[in-house]
Amino acid sequence: MSGSEAPGGTWQKPRASLAPGAAALVFATIYLIALLAAERQSIIIGLLGLAIVVVLGANWLGWLVPVSRSFADREDALAALAVVGAVAIAAFFRDNHFSLLLVVTVLLYTVATLGLNVQFGYAGVLNFAGASFFGIGAYTSAVLNAHTAVPHILVLLIGGMLAALVGSLLLLPVLRTRGHYAAVVTIAFALLFKTFLEVNDVLGGPQGMPVKGMTILGWPFNDNVIIGRLDLSFYINYFAVSLVLLVGSFILVRRLERSWIGLNLDALRLDETAAACFGLDIARWKITAFLFGNFLIGIAGALYGMVGGFVAPNNYTFADSLILVSILLLGGIGNPWGVVIATIVVVVLPEKLQTIQEYRFLLYAVMVIAVLLFRPQGLLPRPVRRYFPRWRP
Amino acid sequence: MNVLLEASKLTRRFGGVVALDQLDLTVVENEILGLIGPNGSGKTTFFNVVTGIYRADGGTVTFGGADVTGASPQAMCRAGVSRTFQRSRLSLPLSIFDNIMIGNHKRLTQGLWFNLMRRGALRQEFEVSYRAARKLVEMFEPAMADRMFEPVAGLPMIDRRRIEIFRALVNRPRLLLLDEPSAGMTHEETRELMDDILQVRELTRNLTIVIVEHEMGVIERVTDRCVVLNFGRKIAEGPYRQVAADRQVQEAYLGVV
Repeated sequence: MSGSEAPGGTWQKPRASLAPGAAALVFATIYLIALLAAERQSIIIGLLGLAIVVVLGANWLGWLVPVSRSFADREDALAALAVVGAVAIAAFFRDNHFSLLLVVTVLLYTVATLGLNVQFGYAGVLNFAGASFFGIGAYTSAVLNAHTAVPHILVLLIGGMLAALVGSLLLLPVLRTRGHYAAVVTIAFALLFKTFLEVNDVLGGPQGMPVKGMTILGWPFNDNVIIGRLDLSFYINYFAVSLVLLVGSFILVRRLERSWIGLNLDALRLDETAAACFGLDIARWKITAFLFGNFLIGIAGALYGMVGGFVAPNNYTFADSLILVSILLLGGIGNPWGVVIATIVVVVLPEKLQTIQEYRFLLYAVMVIAVLLFRPQGLLPRPVRRYFPRWRP
Repeated sequence: MNVLLEASKLTRRFGGVVALDQLDLTVVENEILGLIGPNGSGKTTFFNVVTGIYRADGGTVTFGGADVTGASPQAMCRAGVSRTFQRSRLSLPLSIFDNIMIGNHKRLTQGLWFNLMRRGALRQEFEVSYRAARKLVEMFEPAMADRMFEPVAGLPMIDRRRIEIFRALVNRPRLLLLDEPSAGMTHEETRELMDDILQVRELTRNLTIVIVEHEMGVIERVTDRCVVLNFGRKIAEGPYRQVAADRQVQEAYLGVV
C-alpha cells in the first residue's frame, strides 16, 4: 500500500484484479511440486534459499501489494484456485506415498491449527493442549474402528465431538482464570492426557494401538486406486477427504470471523470489561470458541489417526502442541491464509531437510523468535474484518 | 420529575479504603447531572458499581423503579445503561464500524446457526446496522462516516472519544454515563466534544446523562445540576454556581481547612 493511502482506502476502489493472486498461486503450486519432488539436499537447500530471495525481493519491489489486494477482493475465486493447485500437487505425486502423506499431513495440521486460531486468534484462549485434543480424535478412530461398525464419516464427527466434550472439562478452570493462568491449565491437561494414555491398557498403553483404515460406502481407503492403466497411491483417498475437510473448515472459520460472533470474540479478547458493559455474555462466547476449535482439532485428529494407521501416546505430547501454537504464531494470528502458509513451512521443511530433522524443535524455536522479533503479527497479519468482501458502502 | 436512577446508602470498600460511603444519589429523568469531586472521591467507583463491574458492599440501586443492586454488566446494558470509560477502552485493531457494533450487541442476532449458515439474512442485518451506524456518525462527524472500516488505532484522541460515545449511543440507552470525556484532550477538542454532547441531548429524546469531569468549564456549560463527592460521600448538590460557591466544596478541592 502506498504511503499516501489510508488503510481503509481499498474500500472505495473498484475490485482488484484477479491476476496477481492467481499468478502467485500458480508459482506457489509449481514451487511446492519442485520442492516435494527434489531429493538431493543441495537442490532442496537451493530451492529454500530461492523462496526466501523471491519473497523478500517481491516485497522490496512492491509486488506483494497487488497480490494481497487481489486476495482481499477475490478471495472466493482464489480459494477455488488454491484447491485446484492442491489437486494438481496430489495429481503430480499420484503414486508417491511419501509426498502424498506429507500433503495430507499439511492439510490436516491446517485444519487443527484453524481450530486453535478460533480459540486463541479470535477468543484469546490459549490452548497448549492442541495435540492432546488431536489425539482424542485419533484414539476415537482407533477404538471405534476396532470395536464398532460405526460408519467412518460418523467416526470423524464423533472424534470432533469427543474432543469438544473432553475440552469442556477444562472450561470451568479456563473460564475462571485469565490469560497465562488459563494457558497453564491447558498445559497441565496435555501432561495429564499423555500419562492417562500411557497407563491405560485398554488403549494400548505406551505402545499405542493400530487404527483400521477408512472405508466409505465399501470403498477401502487403504488399497491403492487402480483406474485403467493408472495406479494411484492409496493416500490419494485420504487426500481427497482431507481436502474436503480443510475446505469446509476454512469456510466455517471464515464465516465465523465475518459474523457478529467473530466481532464478539474480538471484543472480549481485546477488552472483557468493556464487552461485558455492552451486554456480551463472556462465558458463552469463550465456550463457543473453545468447543468450536476443539471440534475442528478432533475431526482432523480422527482422520489423521486413520491416515497414519497407528496411535501412540508419544505422538500427542506437549511438544506437539507447541508445534501447533508455533504454526499459529508464525502464520499470523487470526489469519486463515497465514495458517495455511505456516503449516506448509513447519510440516514440510523438516521432512525435506533431512540434515536438520533432529534439530526440528530448534528450528521452530528460531523461526518463532525471528517472527516475534521482526514481524510480531506473523507472516500474514490479519486485516480489518470485512463481513461481506464484495459489499461496498 | 421522575427519578431514573437512585442509589441509597451505597457502599463499596477496597480493603480498608471506603470508596463509596453510604452514598445517596438521585438522577432525574432527562437531566444532565455533573458528578464532581477530587481524585479518589468515588466518582468512577460509583459508575462501576452502577454498571455492575463492581459489587456493592451495602445499599441499593434502583433503575427505572426496579431494584438492580448486584445486577451484572450485561443486565444493566439490557436495562438501558451505557457508558464510556475514563481511559478509552475501544478495541483498537478493530474498525470504527466494529467498535460501534459492539454497542449494538443486544440488537444483533447472535445464534451460531444464523451467523454461520444464514449469510443472506446476516447480510440484511449487516446492511441495516451499517446504515444506522453511518447515520449516527454523520450527525456528529460527517468526515468519519466515509472511514467506517478503518481501524480505530490510527485515529486521534477526540475521534476515539467520539467513537466511544457512538458505541454507547447506538445501544439507545436511557442513561448515559460519561467518565471524564475530556481526559487527554486539548481545550479546543474538549469544547468540540461538549458541543457534541449538547447536540446528543438535543437530538435524543429520553436521554439522561451523568458526566464525571475535572474541567469545571465543561461542567458549568453542560450540566443542569451537580453532585459533589468527597471520600465517597455526597458533600453538596445543586446547580454548578451554587456548589462552586459552597465552602465545603472549596475545602475539598483546595484543601483549605
